[in-house]
Amino acid sequence: MTNRPPSVEHPLFRPVGERAVLVEFAEEITEDAHRAVLALDDALSQQPFVGFCEAVPAFVNLLVIFDPFVTDHARVQSHLKALLKADTIARRPGRQHTVDVCYDGPDLEKVAALTGLTQHEVISRHMAGSYSVYLYGFAPGYAYLGGVVPELRINRKEAPVRGVPAGSVMIAGAQCLLTTLTMPSGWWVIGRSATRVLTEDETRPFLFDVGDRVSFRSIPPNALRGPR
Amino acid sequence: MMDHALLRVAFAGPHISLQDLGRPGHMRFGVPASGPMDRSAFQAANLALGNPADLPGIEISLGGLSLTCEAGSVTLAVAGGGFIVDAGHRRAGSWAAVTIAAGETLTVCPGPWGSWAYLCVKGVLDGTQWLGSRATHSTSGMGGRTLKTGDVLTVSDARSLPALDRRFACPIWARRRQILRCVMGPQDRFFSTETQHSLRSQTFHVSDAYDRMGVRLNGPLLPPSNALGIPSEPILRGSVQVSGEGRPTILMADHQTTGGYPKVATILDCDLDGFAQCRPRDPVRFQPVSALQAISIARSASAARRAYFSSLILSTAERLNS
Repeated sequence: MTNRPPSVEHPLFRPVGERAVLVEFAEEITEDAHRAVLALDDALSQQPFVGFCEAVPAFVNLLVIFDPFVTDHARVQSHLKALLKADTIARRPGRQHTVDVCYDGPDLEKVAALTGLTQHEVISRHMAGSYSVYLYGFAPGYAYLGGVVPELRINRKEAPVRGVPAGSVMIAGAQCLLTTLTMPSGWWVIGRSATRVLTEDETRPFLFDVGDRVSFRSIPPNALRGPR
Repeated sequence: MMDHALLRVAFAGPHISLQDLGRPGHMRFGVPASGPMDRSAFQAANLALGNPADLPGIEISLGGLSLTCEAGSVTLAVAGGGFIVDAGHRRAGSWAAVTIAAGETLTVCPGPWGSWAYLCVKGVLDGTQWLGSRATHSTSGMGGRTLKTGDVLTVSDARSLPALDRRFACPIWARRRQILRCVMGPQDRFFSTETQHSLRSQTFHVSDAYDRMGVRLNGPLLPPSNALGIPSEPILRGSVQVSGEGRPTILMADHQTTGGYPKVATILDCDLDGFAQCRPRDPVRFQPVSALQAISIARSASAARRAYFSSLILSTAERLNS
């Protein structure tokens, strides 16, 4: 195994157990590395290899899980290298979603104080961001949306708060999350939404795919519909 | 003849849930496969009844489970670990099939070894289907169901087949596994040579921090260096994730799908079922192998399992036909 750092042009392929390869495009988060992750993920879904199980995209790397009874790391790696060389596969465009938010979250006042903005400015800055789905993690349907504007980037709370309800819109650093379950969280809750990422629609159980774009729109409390 | 049986949960310890073979394929949406902590034992319990291997069954923790049959009668099988099974005053260990009738109580409680046992029934247990599976995802409560004292389980298409009542073999590979074969990485570069040497040579112990998400180990610390800022990366069942202070956690059935802690090594899937049967304070050691060796180990382990399952299917069919 080489010690050179990974790059978008020359990613590193790391074996993961007997059943996966991690393709790494960078060691720190960059737009280019994430674009490369999405491009390879997309190419792989259009041209899977024999024994392909599933792929998990993250910020700078893609985990490719395979059936070790059918193929092995070396064969998977050469398939992935061929996909990276072939620029001919057209990327499928991600979808655009608009999520309605009632901006009356319990942390709105504190976020305003921490950023030196008024509550109205916090709301308008949050809506001004252009978000894209970077990855899922933490719990089912927790889609991490990158794209919070610099003025709103604040560190998470010192300690997590219990029982943050499903449908909370919350921020930390450059990221925003629309929660799907009632769970503890150290992120700042600025609003709530009736939009459900776990859709309960069997044909499309998750609202967002990685790479989709999301924008937020403000609605008054009486317009908030759906499960609370 | 009744075609359903009612089982009242007279007692259920914590962490007892419905499982099937899980829902692989949704990790990109934050959903791990879930399914039994010990998938081999789970399949054995189904196959001993002539069921398909993936029919939903009950995962029993060290807390134990007691079911009273209130109506009908049904044949069931218990496999996994060395639990004690008490069925209407007939005593057996796990790895046994028994028939219970209305008025009888079945109790499964921890015995000499093992952390998880599986109760499968000749019939169909109800539970919520989510993403094509009735496995319970413990942290979210999505899919399947969690069993609590006082619940009533309906077994539809319940069959009472005393011809299936017997003990069946617990294969050697289904015993608890304390040597964990692993492939180093994918983030082993964040660990010094000495730290990696500790991982290979020292003994660790299963801690009390033990659930369906993961099992934390006590033992020498494996402090990572310069790893605090690593971007969240995908996780696999079997990842050995190390916290900032150096405590390793082995991620299990309900693991998070991404995480920012470095993964020093990844345990082979074929060693995870046996590892799940270890109890707190059991010693374990890591045995790194190459990626290529890992594949050949996985293939021969799978061949051994297939041979056992085939003979179990065959002996069950013989009893049903005689």
